Amino acid sequence: MNLAVRDIRHNAGRFIFTTLGIGLLLMVVLGMSGIYRGLIYEATLLVDRIGADLWIVQGGTRGPFAEMSRVSASLEDRARAVPGVASARRFVSHTIQREHRGKPLRIVVEGLSWPEDRGGWIPLIAGRGIERAHFEMIADASLGMALGERIELGKDVYEVVGLTRGLVGSSGDGLAFFTVSDAMAIQFDVLGETVRLEREARRERVAASDLGRMQPEFVERATGLSSGIPAFAKPQVSAVLVTLAPGADMDAVRTTFGNWPDITVYSTQQQKDLLLSGMVDKAKRQLGLFRVLLILISTIIIALIIYTLTLDKVRDIALLKLIGARNGVIIALILQQALLMGAVGYLIAWGLGRFAFPNFPRLVIIESADLLSLAVIVAGISTAASVLGIWKAMRVEPNTVLAA
Amino acid sequence: MSTPAVEVQNLRKVYGSGHTEVVAVRDASLSIARGEVVGMLGPSGSGKSTILTAMALINLPTSGRITIDGTPVLDGPKALVDLRAFRRQHLGFVFQKANLIPFLTALENVQIALEVNDTSPREAKRRAMELLDYLDVGPRAHNLPVALSGGEQQRVAVARALANKPGLILADEPTAALDSQRGRQVMELFGKVAREQNAGVVVVTHDHRTLDVFDRILEMEDGGLIERPSSQTQSKP
Repeated sequence: MNLAVRDIRHNAGRFIFTTLGIGLLLMVVLGMSGIYRGLIYEATLLVDRIGADLWIVQGGTRGPFAEMSRVSASLEDRARAVPGVASARRFVSHTIQREHRGKPLRIVVEGLSWPEDRGGWIPLIAGRGIERAHFEMIADASLGMALGERIELGKDVYEVVGLTRGLVGSSGDGLAFFTVSDAMAIQFDVLGETVRLEREARRERVAASDLGRMQPEFVERATGLSSGIPAFAKPQVSAVLVTLAPGADMDAVRTTFGNWPDITVYSTQQQKDLLLSGMVDKAKRQLGLFRVLLILISTIIIALIIYTLTLDKVRDIALLKLIGARNGVIIALILQQALLMGAVGYLIAWGLGRFAFPNFPRLVIIESADLLSLAVIVAGISTAASVLGIWKAMRVEPNTVLAA
Repeated sequence: MSTPAVEVQNLRKVYGSGHTEVVAVRDASLSIARGEVVGMLGPSGSGKSTILTAMALINLPTSGRITIDGTPVLDGPKALVDLRAFRRQHLGFVFQKANLIPFLTALENVQIALEVNDTSPREAKRRAMELLDYLDVGPRAHNLPVALSGGEQQRVAVARALANKPGLILADEPTAALDSQRGRQVMELFGKVAREQNAGVVVVTHDHRTLDVFDRILEMEDGGLIERPSSQTQSKP
């Protein structure tokens, strides 16, 4: 006869509410590991998908995902000349925030090295890749844009020609892909008055110099477009992505790039490691601490509930001892209740999580290993939680049953 | 001559020590045969529950010996056997309150006493049902205690006490919570059980209306045990 099940059946209401509470707590524990996995997935998504073998970034920096990285756009051509390199692409990445339908919208702007890269590697759920050099974009569905929708960014209007899903940056903001030149136009867009003031300041600087005084046409040119002034460098990109030729020796190519003093080169794995060891690592520790706290809280709650249930049964336990029940019968009663509470709480956590997690603002990934580890944790904390109740039960004297 | 259900020799129980020392039982001796129903009377605090709980092996005496079914079980406070296992196999208990486990049905309350004594669940269920029928509470077998009357609960408690065919049944004021009619029924039940199950029954009671049920009456007074002369026992109906 299973005493634990019969006792639970008798106190069904209390058991249901208690396990529901435990289930919600365990769901949060499960969610924490899911959020962590989601963070890793989102952070490394672009690096994984973009299909580069090497990332050339500003010398001495950790790359565009860790810090500001600026390299000359012409680096693309230099990289192509290295033996073993099949292709090189400019890469631009930055985050902007705009108003969209009355709400703030954060977009991770990614520049594709069009026409070599038309976004063919991006998994589209609707529409097409980028076919024109300007004013087209592919947006992640999380940005809430519709196919064909037009959005003004900077001084230009861009049309959503393709939609993708699940492509977000390490901050969880949706990605939007443009040509590199459009991405840079969005990045370096400034208001007309700012341009006017900059040109005026430039004119004054040139006019005050010997060169301006001797050759007045320089003063005139100083007020023109920046791109029309040969002394100015071209706008810079975040990185250059290198794809190696089949059979190329990666180490040899890296050694070549390593001799260039203005850049640093990383493999895709190194770029991912840098991402994970930086921002994601702190998030991991934060989530891990929350997990530990929640597990401790769950253990304490189960322990207190089991202890209270044991106190309620002191006379019954005394009676069982009086009629000669072995300690094993009493221990099984308490331990099974704790395990049942944990098991039902676990099932509630799993069931609720399946409905709740997809609606979370950030990606939550629950893997079988997480479910298994939580099951082991629940079994462990249920067993630990029953110790207090068992300790109390073992101290009950059989003659307690005689107390009126 | 058959082995007595219980033999108590020079039992002494002292609570506290020094100035707070109280002698609850002083050198009490008794012997109860199987098939015999013995009533134990006495005012509150006279020591009758102390001697009963000592025989129940849940309140160890200060000195004296207790032998149950021919097996010496206590020599003073020293246990000579595994007391819990011995209780399981040889003793049955009935209390003032039925003390049924509230989350078990009447049937399960009897069944559990059999299962803790290693009877298979199927056999335990069969025997528990048999006992409930024997005590006329079979139709209430699947009710929880809360749905049973006081008399029915006490019958279930008696069924539980009989479950493992004990040689000795100890009852502590089993009719105190019952009206006179149901109290008498329960007392008569002990007589029936003692005869038909060949068990010794010791009943601690204050209820003088049912003394005729007992074969013998022992009276506790100031910790001492006196056998009341048979002439003082009312004639049995």
